[in-house]
Amino acid sequence: MKKTIDDGRQTIDNRQRMVNRDNQWSIANGQSSASFVKAIGAIVWKDLRAEFRSWELISAMLVFSLLVILIFNFALELDVKTRQSVTAGVLWATFAFAGTLGLNRSMAIEKDRGCLDGLLLAPVDRSVIYFGKFFSNLAFMLIVEAIVLPVYSVLYNTNLFQPGLLLVILLGSVGYTSIGTLLATMSVQTRTRDILLPILLFPVVFAVLLAAVKASGGLLDNSTFADVSFSINLLITYDVIFIAASFMLFDAIVEE
Amino acid sequence: MNPKPLTLKILDLVSIVLLFAAAYLAIVVAPTEKVMGDVQRVFYFHVGTAWVALIGFVFTAVLSVIYLVTKNLKWDRIQVAAVEVSVVFFLTTIILGSIWARPAWNTWWTWDPRLTTAAIAELIYIAYFMLRQGIDDPDKRARFGAVYALIGGLSAPITFFAIRLFRTIHPVVIAGANAEAEGNFSMSGDMLTAFFFALFAFTVIFIDLFWNRIRLGEFQNEVEELKLKASY
Amino acid sequence: MISVKKLVKRFGLKTVLRGMDFEVKPGEFVALLGPNGAGKTTFLRILASLSRPSLGEVTIAGFKLPNEAAQVRARLGVVSHLPLLYGDLTAEENLRFYARMYGITKDQLRITEVLEMVGLEFRRRDLVRTYSRGMQQRLAIGRAVLHDPEIMLFDEPYTGLDQDACAMLDDVLKTVAAQGRTVVMTSHDLARAEELATRFDILSRGVIAASATRRQVKKSNLLEFYKQALAG
Repeated sequence: MKKTIDDGRQTIDNRQRMVNRDNQWSIANGQSSASFVKAIGAIVWKDLRAEFRSWELISAMLVFSLLVILIFNFALELDVKTRQSVTAGVLWATFAFAGTLGLNRSMAIEKDRGCLDGLLLAPVDRSVIYFGKFFSNLAFMLIVEAIVLPVYSVLYNTNLFQPGLLLVILLGSVGYTSIGTLLATMSVQTRTRDILLPILLFPVVFAVLLAAVKASGGLLDNSTFADVSFSINLLITYDVIFIAASFMLFDAIVEE
Repeated sequence: MNPKPLTLKILDLVSIVLLFAAAYLAIVVAPTEKVMGDVQRVFYFHVGTAWVALIGFVFTAVLSVIYLVTKNLKWDRIQVAAVEVSVVFFLTTIILGSIWARPAWNTWWTWDPRLTTAAIAELIYIAYFMLRQGIDDPDKRARFGAVYALIGGLSAPITFFAIRLFRTIHPVVIAGANAEAEGNFSMSGDMLTAFFFALFAFTVIFIDLFWNRIRLGEFQNEVEELKLKASY
Repeated sequence: MISVKKLVKRFGLKTVLRGMDFEVKPGEFVALLGPNGAGKTTFLRILASLSRPSLGEVTIAGFKLPNEAAQVRARLGVVSHLPLLYGDLTAEENLRFYARMYGITKDQLRITEVLEMVGLEFRRRDLVRTYSRGMQQRLAIGRAVLHDPEIMLFDEPYTGLDQDACAMLDDVLKTVAAQGRTVVMTSHDLARAEELATRFDILSRGVIAASATRRQVKKSNLLEFYKQALAG
């Protein structure tokens, strides 16, 4: 019986095995880019699988979103006139608030039963864990947005399904989740965990929310795409900078 | 416990003298601005404190990188000192700005890019201290603090740029003219003297406070060490 | 198989491990004993590459930590007192997830094999959060041996288990060890350790205070040996 782990060196492994498995299974190359993508996929798969069974994270975000919209409705007196100008703001405030719920929950699941250690024990690069959680969190966020948008459209008789607006929502969510995943990983490891995340997140994600509100507002106000291109460029810049920064800094917040 | 170095003692005295000298220049020597009147005198200290606070924040981001590379807690103590002193100076900047804004813009506060960014920067560094408070392990506290300070330092300029999407009313004094800004003014000779002297004075005062605060951090560290020894 | 030289681990000012030396030969089952707070868990976390040594050399299966951590991790199975499992996934899904993280191909075969070994084949499609503590711990061992590691680390695996569950866990641990693996287990339960281990090391005040093989201890007894080692 011979087992090889393809990482450049062969191990001296001449143990007596009780289980006879005749090379039925094997361990594939540990460092290639294909396995990098596969491991990220594994994390996303297990997050979505668990969520589609319990629905606790998405349903909490969703109910919370609807409550926020309800509160805004009466706090701002969303009649036809005001609605025009504040829709973008209401939407993004809702996403930002609901997002912290999701991020907190998603990272608490990893922390509570020691699963974060389980992830760190796997022979994969730390960035796999960051990107895995990032894509899971982004998926939760987009699912919630995909439900809130039509509901909002029906409630206020507007059509939010415009390609430009959807692009802005995608870019904004990417920026929000990229930094949110990093900060949530940090906040769940502190004593003050849940209350800390919004305090850490909102001041640094302010630029994303602002640019997203500006771009969404412009598009809803029948501006052309060129009019809001400045905001969109800013969103793209932010996304790139903060994905890169989180990628580089993630190591420092999971290793002791 | 090592005694206060002589250089620092001298620097303490120099700082106090410079503070009074800067105040004298700003209040007595500099002429009264024609349009705004005496309230414009606040401006010398306003820019002076802002200048050192901003340098402090940039320095903080640099210290984050140094700590994350070296993992030496000494840099963490220096970072805490830098953030703390800068936060206080920046708060002073904001308050002085408000005092000036009331007669100049007819409001204490306005959501102009600089003011908003200033408010957000203060919030970032307050969050920095809240984060640190929630962590017991000193290494972890230092690592998380460094990461957050770096993220904050990266986001602040982007935030400033983003708010520029709105129009600004903050005057640009040093370079470039902004037609929309309210309260622009040009500086005469004595004003310039007071202005640059204030910059210099606050730089020295900042260095002095920063140094003292680092020493305080070292003492805290020493106390912890002694406590630990006593508990064995 | 495991070689630790002059290992020092500090948390801020607190030094937990003070120049610890530790050797394990292939196939040995070492019980690492010691009072709470002696640094057992800290030490195991360093071996597991979850924590970086402050000073000293750690070599596992010929690979140095922390630089060659990925290679070490591929050869290491870890069981802690936390299950490291997802409650909202079934046993099978949990194992499939970890199989993918370890890059195991034809994982279905291996998962069945492991589930049979820990005696949970009949509940493979049940959610892990419906499992008893003992079953979760057995599945945790299944997770740890999934990639057929040469070295196993157990950190207080008996925490929170009742008598029956302990007995079942004994069986599983014996099976795992009997497959020729090198095992390091921390415990404060001397009776359990006595039953399983081939060597007993006592960790006290951050160093190995005493070490004896099973044969040496048989003459006196483990409790006596443990007390003597702690008394120093």
